Amino acid sequence: MMQQVSSDPLLKVENLVVEYSVGGKTIHAVSDVSLEIARGETLGLVGESGCGKSTLGRAVLQLRQAVSGTVLFDGHDLAAMQGDSLRKMRRRVQLIFQDPIASLNPRRRIGDIVAEPLVISGVKDPNKRKQIVSDVLSAVGLDPALVSGRLPHEFSGGQCQRICIARALVLNPEFIICDEPVSALDVSIRAQILNLLEEMKTRYGLTLLFIAHDLAVVKAVSDRVAVMYLGRLCEVGPSEQLFATPAHPYTALLIEAIPVPDPDIRPTQSIPVGEPPSPIAPPSGCRFRTRCPRADARCASEVPELRMVAPRQFAACHHPLI
Amino acid sequence: MATLELALEDEAGATPAGRRRRLGTLFWIAIGWMALVFAVAIFADLLPLPSPTDMDMLERRAPISAEHWLGTDGLGRDELSRLIYGARISLIVGLCAPVIGVTIGGALGMLAGYFRGRFESFVVGSMDVLLAFPPLILALAVTAYLGQSIFNLTCILGVLGIPAFMRVARAATLSLARREFVIAAQALGATHTRILLRELLPNVLLPLLAFFLLGVAVTIVVEGSLSFLGLGVPPPISSWGSMIGEGRESLDVAPQLAFIPAIAMFLTVLSFNLIGDTIRALTDPRQGAL
Amino acid sequence: MSGVLLSVEDAVVDLPTPRGNLRAVDHVDLAVDAGKTLGIVGESGCGKTMLSRTILQLLPKKAKLSGRVMFDGQDLLKLSPEKLRKLRGRSLAVVFQDPMTSLNPVLTIGTQLIETIQEHLELGLAQARQRSIELLAAVGIPAPEQRLAQYPHQLSGGMRQRVAIAVALSCEPQLLIADEPTTALDVTIQAQILDLLAREQQRRHMAMIIITHDLGVVAGRTDEVAVMYAGRVVERAPTPLLFKQMRMPYTEALLAALPKLDAAPHTPLPAISGRPPDQTRPLKGCSFSPRCRYAAGRCNTEKPSLRAEAPQHFYACFHPIAAGVDA
Repeated sequence: MMQQVSSDPLLKVENLVVEYSVGGKTIHAVSDVSLEIARGETLGLVGESGCGKSTLGRAVLQLRQAVSGTVLFDGHDLAAMQGDSLRKMRRRVQLIFQDPIASLNPRRRIGDIVAEPLVISGVKDPNKRKQIVSDVLSAVGLDPALVSGRLPHEFSGGQCQRICIARALVLNPEFIICDEPVSALDVSIRAQILNLLEEMKTRYGLTLLFIAHDLAVVKAVSDRVAVMYLGRLCEVGPSEQLFATPAHPYTALLIEAIPVPDPDIRPTQSIPVGEPPSPIAPPSGCRFRTRCPRADARCASEVPELRMVAPRQFAACHHPLI
Repeated sequence: MATLELALEDEAGATPAGRRRRLGTLFWIAIGWMALVFAVAIFADLLPLPSPTDMDMLERRAPISAEHWLGTDGLGRDELSRLIYGARISLIVGLCAPVIGVTIGGALGMLAGYFRGRFESFVVGSMDVLLAFPPLILALAVTAYLGQSIFNLTCILGVLGIPAFMRVARAATLSLARREFVIAAQALGATHTRILLRELLPNVLLPLLAFFLLGVAVTIVVEGSLSFLGLGVPPPISSWGSMIGEGRESLDVAPQLAFIPAIAMFLTVLSFNLIGDTIRALTDPRQGAL
Repeated sequence: MSGVLLSVEDAVVDLPTPRGNLRAVDHVDLAVDAGKTLGIVGESGCGKTMLSRTILQLLPKKAKLSGRVMFDGQDLLKLSPEKLRKLRGRSLAVVFQDPMTSLNPVLTIGTQLIETIQEHLELGLAQARQRSIELLAAVGIPAPEQRLAQYPHQLSGGMRQRVAIAVALSCEPQLLIADEPTTALDVTIQAQILDLLAREQQRRHMAMIIITHDLGVVAGRTDEVAVMYAGRVVERAPTPLLFKQMRMPYTEALLAALPKLDAAPHTPLPAISGRPPDQTRPLKGCSFSPRCRYAAGRCNTEKPSLRAEAPQHFYACFHPIAAGVDA
């Protein structure tokens, strides 16, 4: 494996392909993606909407069927698992969603919602459940006595996201997939949730896959960052290195597009006019070529392979910037 | 770390002030009427009423009097007594038929909306066939084969209600099943049964309940129409519909014979609708949050 | 060309809710000069959208408004509905967050553009059509002639927002209000749309109000910024001054809470604790005081009024961040 990060990665995705049809048309959501996440690491996954990053997250959890490829979690092939063993494995992997309010059942009380994973995994003793729930609610900064009996609509978005994090933590998982956990939240609340995730990561010894469209947010929490474009991986590398010296023109474009809160930096106007093509009919060769300033004939005919451009940094580009 | 603080007053402030919303006098009038109708229907045997089937040919179409509070009908039977015993039939049919509909239709709709695929196509398709079948013809055919009885009538009306309940349940399930909390439960490794019962059912139940009350109202009217046409309960049993039907013959001499059961039916149906609407508005969890 | 084009004076908007009266806009004063750009920054629920609706006179029916909104010498509160309608679209245009909801889904883009132009500019069909094509080209839509026959759902989000901007620009408005114009869009598209707005503004010498929750969006693209919190403007200053010498702790906290690209991964963010107050239960003191790290004494009992430091720098705080001290 070229982008091997450790000898014993917790999650290893190999040549994953996910396609699904909408209205008779095939959407190439994830095309031939390979990734590794080491134990205790946070991998940030960025890309624009429709690039397949959420689909990738769900395919890892087997919530979406892959067309081909393997997902190895702790050495076990998740796709080959079924029924009980898959359910057991899922308890080690949890998911946090973008819309915290929609991910809580509006008719169940917070105490029940957070206890649900325990019930499913067979913790029979209600007192023990209550104890675990109240521990984990306190850990995410909520008062169990005040919160347990209430319904989700009584809470703000930020508090609901805390509850979702509590639910994800209650089974003591090893791996959490955070799918845009802060993009629905206000700036002031966003920082609270990001800090909380970081704190929980150290406290519970978690490994995170952090999916987001906001590069600045991803950089704040990730050890390594993977950039996705139209279902393909463009670039993978250590966060700081990737931001300092992006190799893929798309990564560079994304970094350039971030609005900087500094009035002295006049926004540059070099961003090409153009929009991502449809994932129904992605361009041939390199999928970014239609918006890429460096594209040439080779980019149209040949799919670029992910290759090493610097130590630990990999890019899928025929004309990398470094 | 400074992130983990949420002031307690803050929490208290989040309590919706609208927990005890005013229900309005109309709602209580509706409840009062329903209570009255249910009470007299249940305790009809204990009430000092003349028999609803005793005919007194000398006192046909008698006006309101101390002996016959609401007068007598075309065969000299006590109108009040017939009205109260008729309420029994109307309520039994009106409640039992939608129960059949909501149970079978609700279950089918939830399963179809959750599992999708071929099962859904099959369920929706067969419901369309059932809907396309003219209900009166079905009622005629069944009563012709199996005979006129309250049980048969309830079954027919129940079966006819299944497609509507299936649609309501399926529509609600379809939108809910895509919500993140259902995906979250799947990610937790919950079984399908558990997701259907614990996550989806509580959310689908409310639209179903509101529709159920509407279904009761509609069934009472439909039962009335069938009885009016002579397809409903077999005589001499009275139901509100058959009473209206019999009253029609003497509309010019004794209009009260058709109007009294019609008014009773009108008020009962209106009450069911009013209560249904209020309950739906009350139990929507989002209403409290502005 | 200069002079005040729009001024909002002492605007108060009250919304009755089941939980009590909600003061969405609380004694706000603002002014925009012709050709200038004002940024209004605040979190959701801070009243920034209600403020823009106040300017457009498109408040919900049950809302109660007091104060004055002067636009080009006329008091909008006193205009007849007919005159207001003419003014909106002709001189006052708006671009909303979600172009899918602001464009009519059952009409083609051509119909929507041409009708707007015909109605407000009294042009013939051929002229209006020609103008529509020019406008679509100006907002960066490739093959504008073919686009006229398309429906909004056939375009991508960024393209739809371009069309919405073209509709807004169609009658050469004097003031364009952009209410979160890029929140629903991807980063790369966001930059393009913001550039487009800036370019068109300069070309047409139009005044603009950009409403956003992102300080990064207003930083390089506005002349003045107003920061809103709980219905009030808590700090207002020319953009460079605001970023360099902010006085209001809320502005400072908002800026600090943004993840920085130059910070190392896993650096804890200086988050603002707690959450915005419930505006149906107004606080006695400064509404930011429960979350403010400088709050003390009278912050909890008395509302600070907006006062001027420099001629153009206003803030509402008893304990402003000291001048010269680098936050």
